[in-house]
Amino acid sequence: MGYEISLLTFMGISIIGSLSLNLITGFCGQVSLGHVAFVGIGAYTASILTKADTPFFVALLAGMLLAGTFGVMVGLASLRVRHDFLAITTMGVNFVFLGVVREQEWLGGELGISSIPDPGFGKLGFLALVLGCVILVALLSFQIRRSWMGYVFEAVSGDEDTARMLGLDASHYKLIAFALGTALAGLSGGLYAHHVRFIFPDSFAFVESITLLAMVVIGGNGSILGVILASALLSVLPQWFQFIGDYKLLLYGSLLFVVMRFSPGGLAGLAQNLFLKSKKYFALKENQ
Amino acid sequence: MSLLDIRNISVRFGGVHALEEVSLNLIQGEILGLIGPNGAGKTTMLRVITGVVRSNKGEIDLEGELLNNLPIHARVRKGLGFAQQLVRPFREMTLVENVALAAGAKQTLHPWRSMFRVERREALRESLKWLAMVGIEDAADSFPNAVPLGYLKRMEVARVLALRPRMLLLDEPLAGLNQVEASAFADILVELNRQGQTILLIEHNLAEVRRICSRLVVLDNGRKLAEGIPETVLNQPSVLEAYIGQGTVHAEN
Repeated sequence: MGYEISLLTFMGISIIGSLSLNLITGFCGQVSLGHVAFVGIGAYTASILTKADTPFFVALLAGMLLAGTFGVMVGLASLRVRHDFLAITTMGVNFVFLGVVREQEWLGGELGISSIPDPGFGKLGFLALVLGCVILVALLSFQIRRSWMGYVFEAVSGDEDTARMLGLDASHYKLIAFALGTALAGLSGGLYAHHVRFIFPDSFAFVESITLLAMVVIGGNGSILGVILASALLSVLPQWFQFIGDYKLLLYGSLLFVVMRFSPGGLAGLAQNLFLKSKKYFALKENQ
Repeated sequence: MSLLDIRNISVRFGGVHALEEVSLNLIQGEILGLIGPNGAGKTTMLRVITGVVRSNKGEIDLEGELLNNLPIHARVRKGLGFAQQLVRPFREMTLVENVALAAGAKQTLHPWRSMFRVERREALRESLKWLAMVGIEDAADSFPNAVPLGYLKRMEVARVLALRPRMLLLDEPLAGLNQVEASAFADILVELNRQGQTILLIEHNLAEVRRICSRLVVLDNGRKLAEGIPETVLNQPSVLEAYIGQGTVHAEN
């Protein structure tokens, strides 16, 4: 039972991570290849603070704030560079993060931070907390999508210059996407650190950024339910099958390629296509 | 009364003078035609007005307020409505959604607050009216890829109108349309003008320009060549020369 609870907790944390990237990449169209750096910032901040006897929720919040602050800084870069260049810049952010934490003694260097305190909710309690966060983040995503903010994100994602011509402050909206997305990444980091209670630089390696991106793209860029489903699957598969863990980069890379090539809308796009086709099929049958 | 006052605008791209000391004004209620041969600097002028291109020198003044240092979106919020030469619809949105995004300008003014504003029906309803105004309400729920260019050009104007701008700045709205479509489109502009809309029009279709513009400014090689009512300006030898090439006027003489 303990294993299943732990697996579900990890799944929930992954969902928060991918939904947070979905706000930036899926909703607002800003590709980020270094999102796990912000998960890392949240994880390191929260861990250091709880180890210094700060209450768990305060530490979690501080992790979100710091991740969000760095997120806005990277967002400022997104005002200067776009598309492929933004992808490369954000990829750089991931490597800078790793470079810094590996070398800093007070961040534990290569060995990372261990004996992170137990928040004290029990395994089931912690799972409930994580699932509560998943629900809140999902609700926030739905709210953004149905609001005028989501409408503007869609426009900025489609054609930023035209959005400006319609009086939309595209820069401000992009910064909001980065602030929210990275702060929530910080949340998933803080939860992750207190779930495994041991973090080290490799927990936030580049391959983890690709994993998050794969979850978003495979689920369907921008689709909330699709992304939840894809991250649920992709987070537990490597835990169930050891060989998937060994070939993660190869497998997720190939999956990304296959989805981009055959179903750019991801799982959500696939489902929608099937739905439309079946509707047409039945309509045709009725007519006959 | 002058709505937009443009004074001594100069723009250099590297060593090229795209605009040199050009001044012009847009008067409330008129259709001003900004014409000139290719490369004269018309589009550059429009881009300076909207803020896409920053001028090296000169001032842009909207009823006493200097626009020079404002970003594009802020100028649009002040009442500049700009329709681009190449249509750029949001391809993932239907035509009516494209327009509604502009019609809901109030909802999107404050980015953080926009997260709590959900109601879109009002903006969609209003957008249908704008689409009807330009005569394409039948395609309201179509996606941009499914309608012809003429529809997209009209949608672009409907989208700008939905911002309720104090002036319309149009860059070759008739380009790519056949004569019937162009005429119909020009009629829409006349009708808008009749309802009080001030329009600055860049256009190569001189027949339509002559027909609908109340005043013309001619640019050539980045300089202002002539200004006045269409009949006078279009018969001026220097204008003919700029358009048709040197020697023509002499040959006619």
